Amino acid sequence: MADARMMVRRQAGARLWLSAFWLGLVALAALFAPLIAPHDPLAQDLFLGRMPPFWVAGAEPGYWLGTDSLGRDVLSRLIYGARIALTVALVAGAATCVLGAGLGLMAGYMRGWVDTVISRFIDIWMAFPPVLFSILLIAVMGPGLISIIIAIVIIDWTRFARVIRAEAMGQGAMDYVASARVAGRGRISTMLTEILPNVLPTIVVLLTLEMGIAVIIEAILSFVNLSIPTDDATWGGMISEGRVSIHQAWWVLVFPLIALFLTVLAFSQLGEGLKDRYDPVLR
Amino acid sequence: MNYLELKGLSARIMRQNHPLLRSVSLALAPGEVRGLVGESGAGKSMIGKAVLGILPKAVELTGGEIWLDGQDLQRLSARDRRHRIGQSCALIPQDPLTALNPSRRIAPQITDRLVDILGWERARAVTRAEELLHEVRIEDPARVMRAYPHELSGGMRQRILIASAFAAEPKLIVADEPTTALDVTVQKQILKLIKDMQARHGTAILFVTHDLGVVSKVCNRLSVLYGGMVVEDNDIDSFFAGPRHPYSRALLAATPKYTDPGASLTPVPDSVIAGVRGEIEAFDQRQAHV
Repeated sequence: MADARMMVRRQAGARLWLSAFWLGLVALAALFAPLIAPHDPLAQDLFLGRMPPFWVAGAEPGYWLGTDSLGRDVLSRLIYGARIALTVALVAGAATCVLGAGLGLMAGYMRGWVDTVISRFIDIWMAFPPVLFSILLIAVMGPGLISIIIAIVIIDWTRFARVIRAEAMGQGAMDYVASARVAGRGRISTMLTEILPNVLPTIVVLLTLEMGIAVIIEAILSFVNLSIPTDDATWGGMISEGRVSIHQAWWVLVFPLIALFLTVLAFSQLGEGLKDRYDPVLR
Repeated sequence: MNYLELKGLSARIMRQNHPLLRSVSLALAPGEVRGLVGESGAGKSMIGKAVLGILPKAVELTGGEIWLDGQDLQRLSARDRRHRIGQSCALIPQDPLTALNPSRRIAPQITDRLVDILGWERARAVTRAEELLHEVRIEDPARVMRAYPHELSGGMRQRILIASAFAAEPKLIVADEPTTALDVTVQKQILKLIKDMQARHGTAILFVTHDLGVVSKVCNRLSVLYGGMVVEDNDIDSFFAGPRHPYSRALLAATPKYTDPGASLTPVPDSVIAGVRGEIEAFDQRQAHV
């Protein structure tokens, strides 16, 4: 029994620390981009186009991960791209979480007409095809960081609302909620002290997943050129540019792809790790 | 004067014409313990919930009055009703495993009501909570106060729930099958504990159970329910000496006897069930004509 628990804990520990390590690295890169980036991410040098990364013959010293077709440094662009990726992940993730979980909690706990209104709204909302919807939104609002964040929130809040509503409903039927009500506790207060702490582990998992998804959506929108003006370095934009020259310069495509993959993976693993560590029932 | 009095309380599932309670009347004097017995679905838990104002959303009261301490609860605004119930009532729930919030420590779960209801300082409430835990015979209350529910056994959690029900000195406690989820040896201790606490604090208890053995140990009076209707209201001694209603008689006969463990169980005879069903139908018809 004790051994099994140790196993679970050790696994959870490794998962948590590895993902936290990678996300920490990305966060540092984003924060100190101007200090660490070896080159200006926008500086073009047509004589240095498509230089390979440092371990391949013919590499240009100082350009560690090579250059793209316009001679821009891939590593520097990757580092600056982390800024946008993380901003989108944090802001869009948090906003989606607050909106979705808030509505879900209210629907699940208060039931009645509140639930009916919110649930029907979710149903209608989910009937829109998300990619088309986001493209439409950005077409209306114009490309840019804010538009992407708003698009992500508007598309994805239903995910939170659905799951949290179901959880809150389960919690609402528990006897401790009845006891709190008998003791004269108000509805909002009961919701915050008795229900919220019990759905928090789920919220954390969803939030980290959502951050990963936000990074992907941003990359997709950059890929179809609807995100940030193309000059700015974004991972999705880099992938989209790299795709064109995959046979001559694979590194332009592969490095941002790896960064994207690891970041999304790290976000989802962070959520699982946190849940294993802080869920009082598992602890 | 009676502390709690139900006068012809009726309830049904919302928008359906299926009655859950059929004109239930009963009274509870201060410090009295009344058992509510009946089979599953007889409406015994529903009565407790109605008194405490925690009926499920889908259930509505269709008639009758609930008088608590000389006040008709139905006449109060929702807010005043909550307040009044909070001041004077508490609940001992059925399943100790789901009755404590798993993500909070024990201490705030007991002290909350002292702070909410009596307006005490947190520190004073903590001291009182420890005394209460001591009173329900928990050794090392300080450690238990810091624990999370999942670190404690079922019996221990039920003790905590009892302590917390008595914490704010309520005048009325609804005990909703408080021993059903516990194993038999623990059941006995918990029953004794509830009885002791009741005697010491002089609290009236509405004791919901399906176990006549439990009723005989803790209650002064009992109401037997069938199909949401009170078929018998009697005091304990005369009930066990000779129940008046044929259904109660059959129910009592169906209780396994410790004196004769090998005997086969006697189910409630179909003729008796048909009899009560007939009474219920007659009642519903009378209601339809009113």
